[in-house]
Amino acid sequence: MSALLSLQAVRKCYDERVVLGGIDLEVAAHQVIALIGASGSGKSTLLRCINLLEVIDDGVITLDGADITDPRVDADQVRRQIGIVFQAFNLFPHMSVLENITLAPRKVHGRSRSEAEYEARDLLDRFGLAEKADAYPDRLSGGQQQRVAIVRALATHPKLLLLDEVTSALDPELVTEVLGVIRALKDDGMTMLLATHEMAFARDVADEICFLDGGVVLEQGAPAELFSAPQEARTRQFLQRIVDAGRL
Amino acid sequence: MTYTVSERQRERERIRQQSARRSTLVAAISTVVVAAVLYVGVRSAPGWPRVRESFFSPSVAKAAFPDVLDGLWLNIRVMLICEVIILALGLLLAIARTLRGPVFFPLRVLATAYTDLFRGLPVILVLLLLGLGVPGLRLRGLPTSVVILGAAALVLCYSAYVAEVFRAGIESVHPSQRAAARSLGLSTTQAMRYVILPQAVRRVIPPLLNDLVSLQKDSGLISVLGAVDAVQAAQIQTAKALNFTPYVLAGLLFVILTIPMTRFTDYVAARMNQRQQTGGLP
Repeated sequence: MSALLSLQAVRKCYDERVVLGGIDLEVAAHQVIALIGASGSGKSTLLRCINLLEVIDDGVITLDGADITDPRVDADQVRRQIGIVFQAFNLFPHMSVLENITLAPRKVHGRSRSEAEYEARDLLDRFGLAEKADAYPDRLSGGQQQRVAIVRALATHPKLLLLDEVTSALDPELVTEVLGVIRALKDDGMTMLLATHEMAFARDVADEICFLDGGVVLEQGAPAELFSAPQEARTRQFLQRIVDAGRL
Repeated sequence: MTYTVSERQRERERIRQQSARRSTLVAAISTVVVAAVLYVGVRSAPGWPRVRESFFSPSVAKAAFPDVLDGLWLNIRVMLICEVIILALGLLLAIARTLRGPVFFPLRVLATAYTDLFRGLPVILVLLLLGLGVPGLRLRGLPTSVVILGAAALVLCYSAYVAEVFRAGIESVHPSQRAAARSLGLSTTQAMRYVILPQAVRRVIPPLLNDLVSLQKDSGLISVLGAVDAVQAAQIQTAKALNFTPYVLAGLLFVILTIPMTRFTDYVAARMNQRQQTGGLP
């Protein structure tokens, strides 16, 4: 069992509507996998299921070989090992940047304030946010907020980072700075699963692309293959639309 | 591809059911234990037989019941009428306080003074001042009925509270909503009426209902002016029977009266939480 994260036949329904209809997926350590697909294809739901924000209706998810979907598993314990970054940043507006970042290390992981702040400043410095440490989120641009959100997720040293359309709420000129951060994390060897609409970026940064359609993984492969020679008609259609929109 | 529930999922559901059953069992046991401790504790008090006789006498309760219930009907009428007037007056006051522009300055000051005054005064003082002072004026046309004066005092105090709740709601609506409404060409009044107020009112429903529950029981205060409501009726019966059971009975009736409102408040709050939490934790 070499995969860090493994999903087998994961199923999720909202009432009668099947959102995930049996997803199989393996993410090896240090691997970056991009989930692509139209809105409503289940990308976000998949990420939320992995972080146990949603309870799956069937199948199994394992992290480091341990079943995290067992009802007896402590969800908080699992979430401590997984970082997630949301589309809408979700920074805490009543806390400064530094407080946002050090909250979990201090309260959940029991680190001292000085230790947590030292590391937080280090991370901020690395991603060009050093002078924003004491600012409040509403004083930051969208791109800065999202970079802070990524730093906040990193501060707990997660084994796995989930990124849910982290650039969708950003102006085009701010997208680059956030994508730069993700690229730097890849170089560090961070294991990442990211849902994205940035096809060019996915092709560039991901080791593998997963095309989701109607709640199943319709096609999966290396970026070069999937983008240049998609096997499925639905994939071709989806990529064609992206090309037509001038996004690839 | 047809889907069949896997053995793993069945096992999972079995475990969840098991833990739900265990939670129910723990709740039941702890309830029984707490109830038993309370029961034994009260029963073992040395004065318990006498207290039971003078506060929990079934025969006295039975005799007093019709009169106290009659009194309660007065409370119900007072609280229903007051609730309507308070909500309307409170909303008007809140709007008056949020009006901008120099023309409205006197209105704003008046509304502010009103809320400051009546939120600060104890309800019982307002009741006494109004109930004893207004008839003393001997002015024609002013009501002298203690019920009407008592209700007026409740309206004065509670509308000040309710106004502040409404105002908090109005101010919690983000300024961009007003800007968006105005950008569509809606006037200030129209923006308030169609965009701001509907959102504000929805947000303050739980604290508002809380104030109304509080009003329901405070309607018993009009008894200090001599109105024969449930509290006054209980007092009369207590004096007659030389037994305090009618007080307990009146208290019980008030609680029964406010429970539907309290449950409704919980229900509304829960529903709003649910709506806000879509996208949050399950």
